[in-house]
Amino acid sequence: MKVYLDNGATTQVAKEVAQAMQMMLTKKFGNSSSLHKFGVEAKEEMEKARTIIAKKINTEPSQIIFTSGGTEADNLAIKGVAYQNKEKNHIITSAIEHSAVLKTCEALEKEGFKITYLSVDEEGFISLKRLEEAITPKTGLVTIIHANNEIGTIQDIRSIGKICREKNVIFHTDAVQSFTKVPIDVEKDNIDLMSLSAHKIHGPKGVGVLFIRRGVRPKPLLTGGSHESKMRAGTENTSGIVGFGKAVELIKEKDVEKMEKLRDMLIKGLGKIPDTIINGPRGDKRLANNVNVSFKYVEGESLLYHLDGKGIAVSTGSACSSHSLSPSHVLIAIGLKPEIAHGSLRLTLSRYTTKEEIEYTIRTLKEVVEGLRKISPLTK
Amino acid sequence: MTTAYSKEVMKRFKKPKFAREMKDADAIGEVGNVNCGDIMEVFIKVSKNKKGEEFIKDISFKTFGCVAAIASSDALCELAKGKTIQEALKITRDDIVKKLKGLPNIKFHCSVLGEEALQKAIENYRKKTYVESSVGK
Repeated sequence: MKVYLDNGATTQVAKEVAQAMQMMLTKKFGNSSSLHKFGVEAKEEMEKARTIIAKKINTEPSQIIFTSGGTEADNLAIKGVAYQNKEKNHIITSAIEHSAVLKTCEALEKEGFKITYLSVDEEGFISLKRLEEAITPKTGLVTIIHANNEIGTIQDIRSIGKICREKNVIFHTDAVQSFTKVPIDVEKDNIDLMSLSAHKIHGPKGVGVLFIRRGVRPKPLLTGGSHESKMRAGTENTSGIVGFGKAVELIKEKDVEKMEKLRDMLIKGLGKIPDTIINGPRGDKRLANNVNVSFKYVEGESLLYHLDGKGIAVSTGSACSSHSLSPSHVLIAIGLKPEIAHGSLRLTLSRYTTKEEIEYTIRTLKEVVEGLRKISPLTK
Repeated sequence: MTTAYSKEVMKRFKKPKFAREMKDADAIGEVGNVNCGDIMEVFIKVSKNKKGEEFIKDISFKTFGCVAAIASSDALCELAKGKTIQEALKITRDDIVKKLKGLPNIKFHCSVLGEEALQKAIENYRKKTYVESSVGK
């Protein structure tokens, strides 16, 4: 049995998406900036995709620009706002951001910007009170991840947005993991900038979106043509963009319910293995497709490879699996002891995940954990 | 730089030959710490050969750690089994890496643990036998 439970890393491209992309690649292949019919029809398809995505977050197509992915969208939002108004040299973020945000903030810190990294509680939530207190007249941007990629914590972005609006600070959120899994309304949520990515929702890799509220003008990172309202130079990746639009179109409300049900089944099943800790929140404040679990006395990379040998693909926050040999900053930020962080696994579902796959995973993980515990000197 | 594990590493990781506790071990060597994510325990049983030299009659391990740590532990045991104490002390991290047909660069430290665990076990064995012989006198 082959079970793919690493949908937080990337997802399988939906058949319909691949078809739409192939049509763009082979038939409507024109450059969307060209004036002839080839260009016009490519542009038409691209604009349809823009409209679909805009509707999904309750905005207008003109406030959506396409990028090469979530990382570029995060970079453009954060560096773009920072460089646009250097007088406001203070940025507030959280300790559990994706590296695309964290490393960008750290890079700005080296350039002289002041960064506040808000700590989180044991479930990964920031404190709204601390956020409010951290905002100063010098604060130019607040950037907080919507749903955490490792432990699935969904922040209360509506309240964060409200605070930022009242204090007149630009609010950016990385919604790469939450998009289409958690309802987002950029108007009600008071979001000014938001990063999205196609490949987490059965779209292609290499295409993302930055929502930019009218009036907010980040300084572009690239110099070149006047594509994407002069915000992002470079010929648009029309096949990727159309694939992104199709992926959004394919989303059904029941997908989320289905994932939540299987997620809770997985959490329940794994929770029955002794000395197991579920990391992150439970219930509706947890991303529909995310399970993060630590098995005491064993190490995550070993678990991962045993599972891989049995056809199950997952990821781990263990230091041993990372190139830096340090455990996940998110797991450390929620207060896990290093040895518990080392024994963590992330299992992320998709709408294609089945009940049989979850049952097989629970069964197999139990065996694998027992096997490794037998040879662990830490086992009590 | 290689990042993938060799077939030999995966084979030893999936089916280690020496992974077990030894209740009647003459000495145990423990190295590593939980913060780094690797702890290795090596158990040895020592006997004398026909020449009267002490040799490692039996060896086993228990390891908390990644694929490389488990595979290194197993390779170390195979290298040390049957060797005299003098020979066993000469086993290096390079011998372990060679036995494993290579380790990703970032995992070299796991082979160091193997080398150190065996030395620690032998050191503990020496301390114990020294105490026993002193008590005997």
